[in-house]
Order: sequence, then structure tokens, then C-alpha cells
Amino acid sequence: MADAGELKYTEEHEWVRVDGDTVTVGITAYAADKLGDIVFVDLPEVGSEAAAGRVIAEIESTKSVGELYAPAAGTVAEANDRLGNEPELINKDPLGEGWLVRLTLTGDLPELLSAEQYGALIGE
Amino acid sequence: MTDASENTERSPLHDAHVAASASFTDFAGWQMPLRYSGDLAEHHAVRTAAGLFDLSHMGEILVLGADAAAALDYALAGRLSAVEVGRAKYTLLLAADGGIIDDLVVYHTGEDRYLVVANAANRHEVARELRERTADFAAQVYDESDDVALLAIQGPRALEILLDVPGLALDGGHPDGEDVPAALRGLPNYRAIAGAFAEHPLLMARTGYTGEDGFELYLSPEAAPQLWDALIEAGTPYGLVPAGLAARDSLRLEAGMPLYGHELTRQTLPVQAGLERVVALDKPLDFVGRAACETGPDDNAPVLVGLVGEGRRAARAEYEVYPSDAEASASVGRITSGVLSPTLGHPIAMAYVDLAYAEPGTQLAVDVRGTRLPFTVTPLPFYRRSRKKS
Repeated sequence: MADAGELKYTEEHEWVRVDGDTVTVGITAYAADKLGDIVFVDLPEVGSEAAAGRVIAEIESTKSVGELYAPAAGTVAEANDRLGNEPELINKDPLGEGWLVRLTLTGDLPELLSAEQYGALIGE
Repeated sequence: MTDASENTERSPLHDAHVAASASFTDFAGWQMPLRYSGDLAEHHAVRTAAGLFDLSHMGEILVLGADAAAALDYALAGRLSAVEVGRAKYTLLLAADGGIIDDLVVYHTGEDRYLVVANAANRHEVARELRERTADFAAQVYDESDDVALLAIQGPRALEILLDVPGLALDGGHPDGEDVPAALRGLPNYRAIAGAFAEHPLLMARTGYTGEDGFELYLSPEAAPQLWDALIEAGTPYGLVPAGLAARDSLRLEAGMPLYGHELTRQTLPVQAGLERVVALDKPLDFVGRAACETGPDDNAPVLVGLVGEGRRAARAEYEVYPSDAEASASVGRITSGVLSPTLGHPIAMAYVDLAYAEPGTQLAVDVRGTRLPFTVTPLPFYRRSRKKS
């Protein structure tokens, strides 16, 4: 279980956990709530290259489609295959078992938001 | 997670929704519950037990007078004069060119008295059109929307739950009288009975928009919170949950029911939407939109179809539809509503497609954000409840 405070955030309502040159990316509880029940996730191929700011996954709820952007350039090291059968993990545990993609960075991470800054962004 | 907008109206049940942790959405100028626990759980509850919806944003317009029936025969597409007291009818308000201004349910609630229920977004226009169209008749039009709340209890357990609500009475009867259960049990689809709840007038209609059995309950905004609470209390042991507009949309779509603004628009003739049976061309007198309906649309006008897909990716409103065989051909239609069906487990959608591609069984492809996915034309509805005698 991740601690929301140790994560970094983007203005696109993603969280990023930095571990050396690897980053794990998911969507925030706020984003998951906004989407509603998530029913399908389209994940990238392991080994594929992601350019910074490009869409690397799609998250579909009954009502709408959300997109996951690569926070920096990287290679997809791992995708959370459990979401294929259990997309609801994103609703249940967005910062933990609902993680989406792990990237090996090939570019620099931009300045990301702290938990406090992200909280201010969503009005909490 | 509430987007509080200051310019939106609030339901008389707003406090109950807040207490139930609803997420709200702006809908036709109203702040209404989008979901409570989750759209899927609410959807499944309606299919297997019951859901309770707040539809107080809908428009309720009374048409009264000695010529009310004749006035509505002229104003609307259906033959309202043939609807007996106590019955309801699904009908359309057409423009002179045959385009659909709104779809309506009209209840014949008493001699010379009709209740017209309009979509929230169209309430003012429906009231205005009805006033204009009935001006030469002995009929008056009153927009009562601000003084009417609407609750819908939908699902296979809806009847049992309603029977457990204390304080219901029939007109002229006693609260909790023995006549109440008999009347509710025996109330057929698309009929309504007048009564009271906690001494407030109540119209109980066996109607809905989910494809399940259920009731729509019209009463004053003052009494609505008490009825809401009573239904929640009576229904909880049966598995009833409050349900929001998200579940309402996926339920109606499975049931193949059109939604104004998606399947029905000013640019749509009833026959294109498969609603020709709603237009009473056998009415002896003229009505607004008649000539256009008799002429019909152009030969190449698109028609509404159901589409089913495979996998789990939904085709959503505005996505383009293509023939299945060609890679770079021109679009032959457009999705109006689509969802991954919670009940069926595969994608379902409604679309307007060119007539040549409308035959059930026709293979089509939908451009889902850059990927063409196969869909097959299928008859509506996608879902039909089993009609067991209760």
C-alpha cells in the first residue's frame, strides 16, 4: 500500500513513484472517482517506447474514457496485467494494486507536484 | 466529489443525496446525482432487486379543459383522445417539419385532465409549444414542474417494496387500507392511479425507463423527502439502493430506449428512430408534423440500429461507423449512445446508419479512437426482462 504523501503528482491527475531510473504510474483516487466504475484498461506493450507527454494507456469507465500520459520519456518495463481481469482495482486501490505502468526512464523527469500541491489543485 | 455550480437548480431531495454520498452532475440545469456507491452496483441492483431514482428534474405540464383531448391530438403525434382515464402513453412533440422536439409520457389522469411529462432540458419549450398549439382549443396549459417531485422505483422487487411503505392511500380510501395492495398489484404497465402518501396527493404510475418493472411516483416537493426515506427504509432489506443518472443511462440503453439529445433530435423524423408506431397517421384531423411524417425522410436518410461488439471496448457517442470490409472508405453512420453493457458483458451501442447497412446481421466497424472494431447490427432491445408472474 503506497503512502499518498511520498508520491509525486501531475496536473493530469496521475501519481508517480520514483525509484532510481524507474517510475511507476497510476491515476489518483480523485481521477478514479471522477471516472466512475472502471471496466476496461488498454495497457502498452512491455518494451515499447513512450515519449514524454504521450498517451500510454486508456482507462475506460461506463461513462467515459481517461488517458494515462507518460510523465517522461521511457521504455515500458512492466504493465499491470491484473487490470485485464480486474480493472476495478483502480477504483479500489488506485495508489496500490491499481497501478498501471512501470517505465524505465530514458529522459529527464519534469518538475512534478508534491502531495500538498496536488491536494491544492483538486481543492482538498 | 461535488462540482457545485451556482446556476443549477437543486432537487427537493438534494440533502438526502448529499447524505448518501452522491456524486453530482449538471444535467439540463439541475444538479442531480450521477452515482452513489457506483454505477455498476446500482445498475445490477435495478436488474436483480431495485433501485430508487430521483427524477425531480423532469418537467410536468398539466393540460386541462373540455377540449384537452382534442388539443393534444393536434399538438402531439399520438392519439391522446383514445387513451382512457388511468392510462399513460408514450408520445412525441413534433416540429412542423417532423423533427422531434421531445419525447413525452402523457397520463390521462382525469376527465379533461392530462399530465404531460417532458425531459428537463425541454420543459420550457414543451410548455410553450403546448400553449401555442392549444390556444384555439378550450384547454389550458400549466407548467407545474416546480411543484412536482418525481421518484422512480425500478426493479423486480419494486412492487414488494412499495407495498411495504406505510402511509399509502388510494383516492377516497384510508391510509394503509386493504385496497392499496390490491390496486398496486393489479396495476398494469402504463397505467396510473391517484392516491396519497402521508396525506399528500400522489400519482402512482407503472412506468419507467430501465426495462424493469417499477413505478414512477409524482408528488409535492414538500413530501418527497419523506417518501424517499420511506422507500429506502422499506427497500433496503430487499437490496434496494439509490441509483443515479449514470445507471439510468446504461439501463435504458440496454432496454433499447432512445434518449433525447442522443437518439432523438430536431433533425430526426420518428420513422428514422423506429418510432413510426408512435405517430398516429390514422388520426382523422391534422396535427403538427403530420404532413412531414406522411412524406417521410429522404430515401438515403439514416436509421437507428442497435450494434453489438466483442471484447470490452465501448463505441461511444459521436464515433464514426464504417463498412466492415473496406479500410479507408467513407463513414456510413455515427454512434449516438454506447456502453460496455453491465448486464450482457459486451459492448452495445445505438447508431444512425445508412439504410443499406441497417439490416440485422450486417457487419460494421466502429472507429474507437483510431482502431476499427467489429460490430454487428442487432434488433433492439439488447435486454428484455423475463416476465414472470409475480
